[in-house]
Amino acid sequence: MKHIISPLDLSTEELAGVLELAEKIMREPEKYSDCCRGKKLATLFYEPSTRTRLSFEAAMLNLGGSVLGFSSADSSSASKGESVADTIRVVSGYADICAIRHPKEGAPYVAATYSNIPIINAGDGGHNHPTQTLTDLLTMKHLKGRLDHLTIGFCGDLKFGRTVHSLINAMVRYPGSRFFLISPEELKIPTYLREEVLDAHHVPYEEVRILEEIMPELDILYMTRVQRERFFNEEDYIRLKDSFILDTVKMQYARPDMLVLHPLPRVNEISVEVDSDPRAVYFKQAHFGVYVRMALILTLLELN
Amino acid sequence: MLNIGGLNHGVVIDHIAAGGAMKIYEYLNLEKLDCSVAIIKNAKSNKMGKKDIIKIEGPIQVDLDMLGVLDPNLTLDLIEDGKIIEKRNPNLPQQVTGIIRCKNPRCITSIEQELPHRFRLTNKEKGIYRCIYCEQAYKH
Repeated sequence: MKHIISPLDLSTEELAGVLELAEKIMREPEKYSDCCRGKKLATLFYEPSTRTRLSFEAAMLNLGGSVLGFSSADSSSASKGESVADTIRVVSGYADICAIRHPKEGAPYVAATYSNIPIINAGDGGHNHPTQTLTDLLTMKHLKGRLDHLTIGFCGDLKFGRTVHSLINAMVRYPGSRFFLISPEELKIPTYLREEVLDAHHVPYEEVRILEEIMPELDILYMTRVQRERFFNEEDYIRLKDSFILDTVKMQYARPDMLVLHPLPRVNEISVEVDSDPRAVYFKQAHFGVYVRMALILTLLELN
Repeated sequence: MLNIGGLNHGVVIDHIAAGGAMKIYEYLNLEKLDCSVAIIKNAKSNKMGKKDIIKIEGPIQVDLDMLGVLDPNLTLDLIEDGKIIEKRNPNLPQQVTGIIRCKNPRCITSIEQELPHRFRLTNKEKGIYRCIYCEQAYKH
């Protein structure tokens, strides 16, 4: 039995298998519509999340299975003080597979330790969100046709953005990866990521401030939100936020085949006028999230 | 430097970061040990500026390598018949449970008290241990 707690829990070979299955499902969804009949997915969401929970539920329903669970800690036994370990031991008897989101880092690891059914981490605080990473990888693989030899620009909050950290961790495993890290000084990637991941894998990267300068180099631009609460003062936020907003003017510098990804929700970091640009694939990316979760459920239930 | 007599049989825990001796004293439960123990705080050190030292006379039944988790830079001098028979750095264990505690307020261990505090060695050269739950590095 396998659990997915971190994006690195799948080897590149296993990952290739999941992505290939996701693409097969995209081509012939009806062929998979009954694969999980009689199977149940438990969604234990200790904090609210619209897209991730609905995406998991849609994935299981598309496979012919059913879903049970809760969508906030208030409506669960956690409000009575039950531990994650006890909850998962009980839920293991009710469902065949479980997706867990928790505000505390490491909660899915605890669940996996005590579970008799496969656990999927659906986000644990600022730590991991492996199915978002799988979604990002499927988007790149499907639309670019490869995961190797890609130049990716990460833009925005690179310090706290877990999706960025996870994707960097996943991409350093592919040959020819090259990164541009575009962020304000205050939101640069953490030192450990630079030393233990980028330098350790000898991956070329450059930290830059101005998005336009490196736009022509990029295969992928991965945008993230620059959140107001990350700054010490309002003045800094206002001074810096516009440098990291993608608009049609900046898009003119990009190659015709560059893709813009965003884990969503988007606030103001991508101007809505960019939405109609065919290179803006973030809504498509959200849809891919359902297919990759379908593939993951099938793989973990060993029904692939 | 303050002069403390040499040991006949025992161990000298040297190069402890200044101020760290009491943490090691407590871990080793030295207050319960019926033998001579010397704690030297803020001794002069060419390498470190200041350091702490603990000298223990007599045998102690503890895995001394575990001390490396508390301070990866300390050294162990094992003494028999008044001579140093071995001088080494601790061999850092791959995994430790219940010796150090995760300080990350966002970690699941911060709200679930019964979970064992377990760490994995992720960088042997720098002696970095990461919490197995939240993966945050332990800060000494």
